[in-house]
Amino acid sequence: MIELVDLWRTYEVGGQPLHALRAVEARIPAGDYVAVMGPSGSGKSTLLNILGCLDRPTRGSYRLEGQEVATLSDEALSEVRRHKIGFVFQSFHLIGRLSAAENVALPMVLAGVAPAQRQQRASAALEAVGLAARAGHRPAALSGGESQRVAIARAVVMRPRILLADEPTGNLDSASGRQVMELLEGMNAEGLTLVVVTHDPNVGRRSNRVLLLRDGEIARIVAGRDLAPDLVAAPEPGAPAP
Amino acid sequence: MTAGDVFGFAGMALVRHRRRSLLSILGVTVGVAAVVVLTALGEGARRYVVREFSALGTNLLIVLPGRNETTGFFPGAGGVPNDLTLDDVRALERGIPEARRIVPLAMGNETVSHGERRRQVAVLGSTPEFREIRQLRILAGRFLPASDLERGAPVAVLGAKVARELFPDQSPLGRVVRIGSWRMRVIGVLEGKGEHVGLDIDDMVVVPVASAMRIFDLSSLFRVMLEVRAFADLDAARQRVIEILAERHGEEDITCITQESVVAALSRILAALTLALAGIAAISLSVAGLGVMNLMLVSVSERTEEVGLLKALGASQSQVLAVFLAEAVLLALSGALLGLALGYALVQAFVALYPSFPAAPPVWAAAGVFALAVASGAVFGVLPARRATRLDPVAALSGR
Repeated sequence: MIELVDLWRTYEVGGQPLHALRAVEARIPAGDYVAVMGPSGSGKSTLLNILGCLDRPTRGSYRLEGQEVATLSDEALSEVRRHKIGFVFQSFHLIGRLSAAENVALPMVLAGVAPAQRQQRASAALEAVGLAARAGHRPAALSGGESQRVAIARAVVMRPRILLADEPTGNLDSASGRQVMELLEGMNAEGLTLVVVTHDPNVGRRSNRVLLLRDGEIARIVAGRDLAPDLVAAPEPGAPAP
Repeated sequence: MTAGDVFGFAGMALVRHRRRSLLSILGVTVGVAAVVVLTALGEGARRYVVREFSALGTNLLIVLPGRNETTGFFPGAGGVPNDLTLDDVRALERGIPEARRIVPLAMGNETVSHGERRRQVAVLGSTPEFREIRQLRILAGRFLPASDLERGAPVAVLGAKVARELFPDQSPLGRVVRIGSWRMRVIGVLEGKGEHVGLDIDDMVVVPVASAMRIFDLSSLFRVMLEVRAFADLDAARQRVIEILAERHGEEDITCITQESVVAALSRILAALTLALAGIAAISLSVAGLGVMNLMLVSVSERTEEVGLLKALGASQSQVLAVFLAEAVLLALSGALLGLALGYALVQAFVALYPSFPAAPPVWAAAGVFALAVASGAVFGVLPARRATRLDPVAALSGR
């Protein structure tokens, strides 16, 4: 369960306050499947980072499973990230010098899981994404789709409550993309809360609900199946980075 | 995250950038090796000097006329002291049963000649026991004869070089040389020994002490050397020497130092020199530390995304700090180990080339420089590691 109340995120840019998020209100029940959409600079990434406890709101409340996390210390936030949140990124972010299994084991290393258990759990997670045979390979030897599946295995290996995916299919061809989305949705079906940031209306349409962001505000919330192409403004070319 | 995990992770990052890491490690290696080699040479010099002086025996007392230890050689400043005389020597012989040998020394420079050949040399007046105290060997003939202190026999023992110069193609034994206006018969030649702690034994003529005092018209001895039977008696004997001479002279106007204190003073001076060498060499180590810092800064900025990822996966600030600090410490540690190995190898090679020079790095220097190198890795690693912890994971991950 995610509850956002009057959430603001303000940056100082050249002495001027820039509101990346304004008065965001949202409730995402456990096990939900939500897409966050909107043009570049609408605040999608900022919202995702706050949901992922990588960033704190300037103002407002963020309750994660009943715990107020907006005011937690850095150490406490890293603890929340470790145990409750899994991340999947557009560009995979696998560490090149580590094998697939070692990449998957990394969150357990940070969390202090015993080495014997790490190996076993990493193998199980790789098996769950269908890559048990690739455990010893370095990321350079994996295809894009395989890399993203390794990243998903890494995201869920600590059994988080929430999976945050930032354009998970953005760097993949459509077949690999579909495979990745099916994998994520399968995990959602088993009770994992899934939040996907995307530009892709095809991805948005598969979700339960779509949060449409515009200028840092939630402009509309629509059911995924009702998502009309015109609701999602195409990203403006050369739009300023947030 | 256990320490093993931290160092394992950091180690892999270093291995990944082998060439870059090696260059940084090399910087530390050179710094550490420099400290090891330079302190080994300094320590070698100290040991060499201590060994040479100790060869004279540490049971020695040296009595000089004059009160002030620093100007004791040249009485005059601060009152005129009484002469140190042969009667004083006799009084010491009577009053100090612990003494095994008491050897008076009188000294001066004079021209020694034989026929047309002449040479300006140090003329030393002493007794037969000077030979034992200085451990001199006789090449030909004999050393000074045992006789009454005051009886200055007209005999001389030549240093090896003096003998060579004055008698290039004949034996000097039994010949007469002139020392100033005095004629002395050569009774022996010393074996060549080379420079011997400040006294060129080879370029010297030894005559009976009374003869030397006559030649130079001296009223005072240059020194009296006193060797005690046991080292334990040294302090008591020194006290007795001061008491006896103070009583005879009516005031305490002599200086009595132990050979041991001379050795200790020289040892201290050379140890300080070694420390200074270590300090100079340590400067190169700080340069190596900067190299480590530079590498780590590059490493952090290159791995911005990785830092962001680690944070997203639940790494705390302190874990990120630990990983990058561990990298810096590993660099410094491997550099320090290699440096110790290289330094000791160079010292070994030096000792193999010059076996008489006892070069060896003092343990404090080796241990100190090792600790310093590793610590400098940590210190110079702090800044880059802190930079890594401050990276904004949001920006880091998006690569924007």
